[in-house]
Amino acid sequence: MAAIAAVTLLSLAACATDEPAASPSGSASAATGSGTGDQSKFFVQADYDAELALLDAAPTGPADKPWEQVLNPTMVDTAKFKKNGPHKICFSNAALNNPWRQVGFKTMQAEVEAQKSRIKEFVHVDAEGKDQKQIADINDLLGKGCDALIVSPNTTATLTPAVEAACKAGLPVVVFDRGVNTKCPVTFINPIGGYGFGHVGAEFVSQKMKPGGKVLALRILPGVDVLETRWSAAKVAFDKAKVDVVGVEFTDGDPAKTKKIVDDYIQRYGTIDGVWMDAGAVAVAAVEAFQDAGKPVPPMNGEDQLDFLKIWKDKKLTAIAPTYPTYQWRTPIIAALRILDGQQVSNPWKLPQPTVTQDNLDQYIDAGMPPLHYAMCGCTDLPGYPQRWK
Amino acid sequence: MQTVQPRSLPLRLPRVRPGGVLPILAILAVLLVLVGIRQPDFLAPQSLMSFLGRSAPIILLAAGQYFVIVSGEFDLSVGSLVTAQVVVAARLIDSDPARTWPVVLLLLAFGVLVGLVNGLITTRLRVPSFITTLGMFLILVGAVYLWSDGAPKGGLSEEFRRFGRRAFEDVPLLGRVPYALLVLVVLAVAAVLLMRSDFGRTLVAVGDNPRTAELSGVRVWRTRTFAFILSGLAAAVAAILLGGYSGVSFQAGAGLEFGAITAVVLGGVALGGGRGAVVGAMLGALTLELLFALMNFYGVSGALRSTVQGAIILLAVAVSATRSSSR
Repeated sequence: MAAIAAVTLLSLAACATDEPAASPSGSASAATGSGTGDQSKFFVQADYDAELALLDAAPTGPADKPWEQVLNPTMVDTAKFKKNGPHKICFSNAALNNPWRQVGFKTMQAEVEAQKSRIKEFVHVDAEGKDQKQIADINDLLGKGCDALIVSPNTTATLTPAVEAACKAGLPVVVFDRGVNTKCPVTFINPIGGYGFGHVGAEFVSQKMKPGGKVLALRILPGVDVLETRWSAAKVAFDKAKVDVVGVEFTDGDPAKTKKIVDDYIQRYGTIDGVWMDAGAVAVAAVEAFQDAGKPVPPMNGEDQLDFLKIWKDKKLTAIAPTYPTYQWRTPIIAALRILDGQQVSNPWKLPQPTVTQDNLDQYIDAGMPPLHYAMCGCTDLPGYPQRWK
Repeated sequence: MQTVQPRSLPLRLPRVRPGGVLPILAILAVLLVLVGIRQPDFLAPQSLMSFLGRSAPIILLAAGQYFVIVSGEFDLSVGSLVTAQVVVAARLIDSDPARTWPVVLLLLAFGVLVGLVNGLITTRLRVPSFITTLGMFLILVGAVYLWSDGAPKGGLSEEFRRFGRRAFEDVPLLGRVPYALLVLVVLAVAAVLLMRSDFGRTLVAVGDNPRTAELSGVRVWRTRTFAFILSGLAAAVAAILLGGYSGVSFQAGAGLEFGAITAVVLGGVALGGGRGAVVGAMLGALTLELLFALMNFYGVSGALRSTVQGAIILLAVAVSATRSSSR
């Protein structure tokens, strides 16, 4: 009886403990030099070069509305989609399972409310982070008489056929955030992107840390294009700076796991001289791991989440926060309405991607907003601010 | 038939209990030596204290799990209960220090309630505890997801977090003594005293042979239900400490039920009940954590932890099965 129980326990343990599928080239191995491992298969040199160039490009569009701005616009004709309003706009959402998406979706809902004279109905379907559900969701939405379809894909490759099917159905499709491997949507909206994000953080960390120091890289999960590109750009920067990357670990975006991982590395190496991460959700947990171990917090990057900005200011950290702005959730609504008006839109629609630095930190800190709010929401002029986001 | 009055048990117990704490103490000593060779700094008071503080939640969970296992049942729900508690605490406290204590009390009550439900379903409805608590595990996971839309909301106050994060500073000789360690010591002593009381003996007797216990006048269902309540309560305290340590997290309790069960088995407690000491279970948890620390020092991937846990469960159960059949 006990033995049977143990076997059952084991099989349960296999599926319930959510461990990463082994860290890629975890500790510094001699073969790969700086310990960053092989380059990601998502890395495309031309895209990387283009994104780094965009970091310095001047956007067109209203300066006070970055969500309407475009970097290097290439306009496409949308006259064939012109239609009389008010419209029914449908949105297939990958998930709402993290604060970034929560803030973004609230911003999108507020944008819909701000445009309510032109939108008669807004249909939102949450795929709960499951590819299969999102494929079914998109298929369902095609039969619901939507005037335009917005898709935020869960994963790149798997959702491509579903988006292609939607394009074939004849309605204008707008894709944003994560991309798909097809050119069929009217426009693909996203900020400069992962290479820019990863590069800004890695360059800062390698410049600010002591020469020859040890860097710990924290990644959320493998296989998602926006995250793979962040890491691959960081890898290029670290390799170039000849930094010793002692570990590349997956955190699942979970603070408890992150704190444990960082603590393990502090114990193992005595100290860590720089921390890079592909997303800021776990930045505060990483800071706390150093504080609780009684070690100085090394140069690091986070993101524009308020808890990190606050601890950065309070503890006078050496930090930088590249952003993946949540204001991009406003843009698909604006784009869909312009397309239904027959106005030209840019494809791709590259949004500017501001960086929070020591110099502009104060302007992004808002003590009245919750700790998991994102400063770059571009939502202060929207209906229901600030209550909607609390 | 011999009547098993609680008073006659002490004479009997030491003989039927090969699951003493000596083996686990030996393993612990070996691991300490290995750690001392690889990373001597680790044994300095400062880092040892912080290690004990960090290990407090899993040690408490092992103690809670011990009560259930020694009475002949299982509790698979503790991990998800911890997660649920942390998420609920964050949402209810919402960074407001004034709500700290009411929420702490609420969490303890919630732990008791979940334990009570587990216990009553297992004992009164006669659902095997494996299934009961697995069901509870799934219910809690689903409920948390539904209630929070899949992303944690709110925040824990510093007042709440200090239990798991802060320490008495500048203690002579020891340096920094984490609050979590004190909580652990107090509750560990309480657990030992409880096991020495009539209740403790009854609990072991129920696990050893429920039929005999029943015939000798013990209300088995009540004793077992109480064991589940203790496990729920331990999970609540662990949640308070873990939430304090790492903040709001959707994975605060992920996999803890297996950690606790592994620790209990490693501590010489027989699955199926009736044998083993609560001290053994807690030392088992400490040993397991020390083993993970050692693996970390040798640069072994964290992904191997569940494999190691699995191997320990199998090995420990196999060893104890051979022992009890040769008894």
